Amino acid sequence: MRPISYLRAEGADGIDSALRAVTDDPGSDFLAGGTTEVDLLRQHVLGPRRLVDINRLPLAGIEELPDGGLRIGALTRMSDVASSPVVQERFPMVSRALVLGASAQLRHMASMGGNMMQKVRCGYYRDAESPCNKREPGAGCAALTGVSRTHAVLGTSEHCIATHPSDVAVPLAALDARIRTRTLDGEHTYAFDDFFLEPGDTPHREHPLTHGELITAIEVPALPMARRSLYLKVRDRESYEFALVSVAAAIEVRDGKVGGVRIALGGVGTRPWRARRAEDALVGGPATTKSFDLAARAELAAARTTPMNAFKPELARRTLVRALETLTRDGSRS
Amino acid sequence: MTTITPTPAPTDGPVGRPLDRVDGHAKVTGTARYAAEVPLTGLTHAVLVGARVARGRITSIDSAAAERAEGVLAVLTHENLGKIAAQPQLLPSLAGSVAPGETFFPMQGDEIHYAGQHVALVVADTYERALHASRLVRVSYAEEPSVTVIAQGRDQAYEPEAIFAGFVPGRTERGDVEAALGAAAVTVDRTFTFAANHHNPIETSAATAYWEGDRLTLHDTTQGVTATQHTVAALLGIPHTRVRVIGHFTGGSFGGKAMVWHHPTLAALAARKVGRPVRLALTREQMFVACGHREEQEQRLTLGADEDGRLVALRHHKLSPTSPFDHWAEPSLGVAGQLYACPNYEGVYRLIRANTTTPTFMRCPGEATGLFALETAMDELAERVDLDPLELRLRNYTENDPASGRPWSSNGLRECLERGAERIGWERRAAPPARDGDWLIGLGMAASAYPVYGPNNPQRARARLYADGTAVVQAAVTDIGTGVLTVMTQVAAEALGLPVERCRFEGGDTDLPNVAAAVGSSGAGMVSATVHTAASALREQLIARAVGDEGSPLHGADPADVDVRDGRMVLRDAPGTGEDYAELLQRNFLPDMEATGSWGPPPQDAPFASMTFGAQFAEVAVDPVLGLVRVRRLAGAFAPGRVLNAKTARSQLMGGMIWGLSQALLEATHMEPGTGRWANASLGEYLVPVNADAPDVDVDFIEVRDTVVNPLGVKGVGEVGQAGVAPAIANAIHHAIGRRLRKLPITIEDILSGADEASR
Amino acid sequence: MTVRTPGTETGAGTATEPEADERGPDPVKVRLDVNGAQRHVDIEPRVSLLGALRDELQLTGAKRGCDQGTCGACTVWVDGRRVLACLTLAITCEGAEITTVEGLATPDGTGDGRLHPMQEEFIRHDAFQCGYCTPGQIMSAVGCVREGHAGDDGEIKEWMSGNICRCAAYPNIRAAIRAARDRV
Repeated sequence: MRPISYLRAEGADGIDSALRAVTDDPGSDFLAGGTTEVDLLRQHVLGPRRLVDINRLPLAGIEELPDGGLRIGALTRMSDVASSPVVQERFPMVSRALVLGASAQLRHMASMGGNMMQKVRCGYYRDAESPCNKREPGAGCAALTGVSRTHAVLGTSEHCIATHPSDVAVPLAALDARIRTRTLDGEHTYAFDDFFLEPGDTPHREHPLTHGELITAIEVPALPMARRSLYLKVRDRESYEFALVSVAAAIEVRDGKVGGVRIALGGVGTRPWRARRAEDALVGGPATTKSFDLAARAELAAARTTPMNAFKPELARRTLVRALETLTRDGSRS
Repeated sequence: MTTITPTPAPTDGPVGRPLDRVDGHAKVTGTARYAAEVPLTGLTHAVLVGARVARGRITSIDSAAAERAEGVLAVLTHENLGKIAAQPQLLPSLAGSVAPGETFFPMQGDEIHYAGQHVALVVADTYERALHASRLVRVSYAEEPSVTVIAQGRDQAYEPEAIFAGFVPGRTERGDVEAALGAAAVTVDRTFTFAANHHNPIETSAATAYWEGDRLTLHDTTQGVTATQHTVAALLGIPHTRVRVIGHFTGGSFGGKAMVWHHPTLAALAARKVGRPVRLALTREQMFVACGHREEQEQRLTLGADEDGRLVALRHHKLSPTSPFDHWAEPSLGVAGQLYACPNYEGVYRLIRANTTTPTFMRCPGEATGLFALETAMDELAERVDLDPLELRLRNYTENDPASGRPWSSNGLRECLERGAERIGWERRAAPPARDGDWLIGLGMAASAYPVYGPNNPQRARARLYADGTAVVQAAVTDIGTGVLTVMTQVAAEALGLPVERCRFEGGDTDLPNVAAAVGSSGAGMVSATVHTAASALREQLIARAVGDEGSPLHGADPADVDVRDGRMVLRDAPGTGEDYAELLQRNFLPDMEATGSWGPPPQDAPFASMTFGAQFAEVAVDPVLGLVRVRRLAGAFAPGRVLNAKTARSQLMGGMIWGLSQALLEATHMEPGTGRWANASLGEYLVPVNADAPDVDVDFIEVRDTVVNPLGVKGVGEVGQAGVAPAIANAIHHAIGRRLRKLPITIEDILSGADEASR
Repeated sequence: MTVRTPGTETGAGTATEPEADERGPDPVKVRLDVNGAQRHVDIEPRVSLLGALRDELQLTGAKRGCDQGTCGACTVWVDGRRVLACLTLAITCEGAEITTVEGLATPDGTGDGRLHPMQEEFIRHDAFQCGYCTPGQIMSAVGCVREGHAGDDGEIKEWMSGNICRCAAYPNIRAAIRAARDRV
């Protein structure tokens, strides 16, 4: 870890002073839960000269929105969101994704805003030395020919195939959540889809944020059918492991036909992967295993694999089918 | 010499009782100090820098930025470290002598033999500063082509004369395997592949070194302080009497701290350089390149049997990469060639010179992989000859070691197989596999065995009784989690006739009597032998003193008629007559009495062979659609000879069985062929089981008396728990979904690759 | 070679509130409330809570197993919640209550031989072997019970999976938690 200075933002004008401190200094970064950031500082992947500690800012808590949605403060800890009765009731897939992510200790530390900003787990990015376009634009991508079992198959480019690691971002993508931010200029709102950038030619750009822009909240709009949603996560280990494949899904079936459906995939995309092709294929059609399967195939047709992760599209297809079967069979949560 | 006693004979002595660990209090309160936790004035911290190429030469090292960094005291490289006295030859630490992990020492020249090879060592006043400065050392290389995996070096394979530091021949034959296979009614010929594995104890390897004049003290995390002492002394070229090694607690090892790797010596050299104490703890990532691994391997196994399933031939070949320095392969063929009666046998090791460290011992080294091949093939043979897999094992059971022809000193395999079957409910296997929602349930089994190793030279212990009636018994063992301090307290208390509360066992320091490293499941056997010898000698001394003392109620008695109970020497036939040890010493103004004991292993030409046997049974659930395998239950039965502490022995066997689960389903280190780097060198990506992966484990003992291996008949429990678990799980998967998987670990994509026909 | 005695700070209450100004990168005085005692350490802001506890305060119960948040051996409580000390910068803990295994049985960390029920049950059920992950397991286990996630074995398994035990004492860890949960 490089030498760093520390500034704690707190008090009445804490948010403004934090914004100013980071905006005015390219060498300053915000520090929230630290679960990714401290790790990457120690690895020499990140190298700010100063950290602005925002943990004392009044950005924690869950508010109910008039439409039945929720506004989750950026500094609300993952564990507090997971155990919130209103989240469990209205958006069980959010609660479930949180509980299945990381460990109890990490969930106590990590903030929801930080979760949106978390970095990829690609070993070549994290070792601070291998060629990595995300860390050092133009350096090349060691993962393309390297050990890539956990890497992405959707949204990849010839410059980066790192998987987006978040669990909770997967149901949030399915729910059309919004990211609220602040800069010195005022407040901004991003649609979830716009907030996570595909690597393309610029894998180092992961979000549309400007330096010094601070996430203040995540808004989750109401979605009645999400009360019977699920998050299904497949991994080698039974716990404490990132997803090889995960599915967040909610479905509404009327008279055997799909009235509405929301699906997002984790573990397979370079960003939390909203499965719009699958959704489009399903809506209005029969709620049968066969149509689930066709929808999954439609979504995964664009998958590009390496020899080591060639199993992922098939695993994703099966997981998606299983998720929808489970929801339509008895509506129970996985 | 086998005596089967289904219900263990109760003894009233401390040995065998499920005593709580004597070091439990220290461990649960955080007061147990491990090697990197010793507080010293003026302590400095060292961090290693590893090579980024697999083979080549260093063309330049720029350490200027590191040297300028705040708090940095020294940057050591091959240009300024100085030369070691001599490169010792690889020798297992059980030999009780010099035991380097490989026949190579880094930072002696510019040549790079493997990625991660230590190329620099940064010493600074704090850990954070040393870690940061280590990132500032710039090393340039002239890279050369390398070989790091089997796939790259298959053409270069050679047959070594011997492996395993010369202890195991490269080729073993008996009978005529070729002819027997040709004539066999049934043959099974299969190839098995195994990923490389890393030990990953939670405590990373660490050493703290300081000099007082020309005397060196090292706090080391090791399986044997004596091994560290001899190795570091030899490398430094100083008498081992000037090196003291202390290691009270080792935070797990599993073979990774069995040999002495480079860091303790480097810590000592750095401490001499900066004139202050140096602590050198490996990072988690460095644990993958700086203390060995279980090598990637490929095994081809061919079984020949008659139509009743009786083995007539066994051919077992292994191919694996070794380092540029040593002919190392874990001895995978050994136990697999001794488990069943089979007249015709051929075992051959082939090696590939590769750019890695010398592979090393990792829990159940060889047995865990060799038995996977054998016991998976046996399951297939059972299917071919239409026999229950359990019946096939019983049919091939032997009372003699097929390798030497000698009878087993004790056995118990048959009883273990029967007991394990009972515990798992093996009769359920006859019915079609059960279904539980999306899960298919399968049962599988395998036999288990592990050799009984002994030390090469005499082991020593010292026993002292104080005038207050308490005793201290000492030997230079280290607790790596086995419970050695607890069981030796029990052994000493029993021999002295003292309650355990009045007996203290001390280890972890080379100033204490010399014993070899706790490796190869041999610790309990050899240390109990010497502790028992020392404590018995002291007890005889005390009795002799009493019967010769006119002031003693026992004066003139025959020592053979004297018993000791609760620290009181009494006449066996008149327990009212006697006195306490304490009374004897106090009356004679003796502050204490002391005896040493020495025990040497039985001669090699004893007319017996020794092996620890067991049996493993697994119940697994397979979701063939999602490729998931979850182990619901493991049941193991073992015949490890005398059990010194039922609680700690059970725990070790349980841990070994979960290690087997881990080997079967999780553990794989992926070598990146181009760079020679282990691509998943972290506990986030090298998967070991978490709590949720570990099912309840049923451990049962079959008591066998062994009067040959050592005085107490202890055969060891450290590793046999792992042997046979992986094939039991693979065989259970086969039972559940009808597919044979011949690679380890078995992961989601393996189940997925053919799951369609099984599930739809 | 002399053993350094960790200095126990006195004069709690005299320290001033942390300043709003930038501090570091050179060592700064950081005030930590550890096991009920006010302690002052001179550390760089980059020093983790784990580093401060182990190297500055000689509280080595919290273990360094990975320094990456992947093993749980460094688990301590900050304001009563189980967290990973390796991914927490010590300076961010000013004003928070830190509890380590040394302070579990007796709030002042003096130990005096008494044990917390969870510690007793870990010994009784042989819930460890090498002991290196044990302080983290115990701090996590008490947290698990207090959070209400020790209802049955399935729950304990999931909510204790952030603490790796390479000796694989897991079934015994669960037994210890079951035995202790009503006394925590």
